[in-house]
Amino acid sequence: MSVRIRPLLKRDLTRLLLGGRGGGALLPILFFLSVAMLYPFAVGPDAPLLARTGGGVIWVAALLAAILPLDRLVEPDIEMGLFDQWALRGISEELVIAVRVLAHWLSFGPPLMLAALPAAALLGLDGQRLMLVEIGLLAGTPGLAALGVTVAALTAGLRGGAALGGLLMIPMAVPVLIFGAGSLGSGGTGGLALTAAASLVLLAIAPFASGAAIRAARG
Amino acid sequence: MQGASIAIDDLACRRGDRLLFRGVSLRLDAGEALQVTGRNGIGKSSLLRILAGLAPAFSGAVTTAGSIGLVDERPALDPGWTLGSALAFWQQMDGNGEDRHMARLGLSGLLDVPVRYLSTGQKKRAALARLLGQDARIWLLDEPLNGLDSHAVALVEALAAEHCSKGGIAVIASHQPFALPGMATLSLAEHAA
Repeated sequence: MSVRIRPLLKRDLTRLLLGGRGGGALLPILFFLSVAMLYPFAVGPDAPLLARTGGGVIWVAALLAAILPLDRLVEPDIEMGLFDQWALRGISEELVIAVRVLAHWLSFGPPLMLAALPAAALLGLDGQRLMLVEIGLLAGTPGLAALGVTVAALTAGLRGGAALGGLLMIPMAVPVLIFGAGSLGSGGTGGLALTAAASLVLLAIAPFASGAAIRAARG
Repeated sequence: MQGASIAIDDLACRRGDRLLFRGVSLRLDAGEALQVTGRNGIGKSSLLRILAGLAPAFSGAVTTAGSIGLVDERPALDPGWTLGSALAFWQQMDGNGEDRHMARLGLSGLLDVPVRYLSTGQKKRAALARLLGQDARIWLLDEPLNGLDSHAVALVEALAAEHCSKGGIAVIASHQPFALPGMATLSLAEHAA
């Protein structure tokens, strides 16, 4: 089986990280940075206010950036018949999705954590808050990646699936957002632990919910 | 290639609210081939998808023994990748590294070309290369001759004949004539609901 996981992961990373027509991992990161850049312009040069609210802005920007690649996570592979070919070879949708969640996270989680450094500088966050944001993103982005793939599988093939996917993902990402951004206010580790817990639940559900959705859409 | 077989027992197929065909029963053993004929929309592709296990039968039963390879209108090759790397992906999935069919399918000179620049016939031949690399016992070919020139048609017919002579099974859904010695024919029009 490991023989099969490696080409799957390699293909997913090539497509999601390096891009092709969707622009790869770069586009969501640029989007994320531009939100962090626009926010100080919008609220004005009030340094204490920026420092107090900046962490939350980073979280909202991260969530919105996670929505951008939704339409190329699952639908192209269904349209091109790849899931059918995998099914014929006895490779389950669940395995393909589990690999895809990993590849999606690798192409968006670590780059986002890296981009959070200049974003924190733009927003004037101090070192301690930046640390909380980074740990929170580490705990929360796997959940956002799992959620993104699940929503992409659920909305694949629907008319306006990409827009619908975004609408569907936002409410389901609220727990990750509340706990992740909330840990900035309380400063405690409780919020971070709950962020990680929400991520784990989403990670556990993603392969099975997505697999069932892909099989149900086949007909 | 031992023990490949397909058994269809009183199969009926429904798409949406419409019953497409019913009462299809047949058996194919190793080395046999079947052409499914009928007008557009009669359920040829649906029958192949049921045989592949990708779609549920409305009623009746299908039993297959042996690995299944499917070629339909979607080549399952990444459009943005070169033909060589797109086919290499499936070679890795299927666990065999050599591409001994490229020259025969006339694809050797196209390996550096992105899949989206290939013509319909070239994409079809690329899908056949993917099928050959899979080493499946049962071939399900959905309109395999679409977009192919006469030379390529003869090649596909020869490949199917070789596959059957090695003990494989070929099921070909096509409205075009397909020359294959000893091939049975299933006219879905006789089973239309």
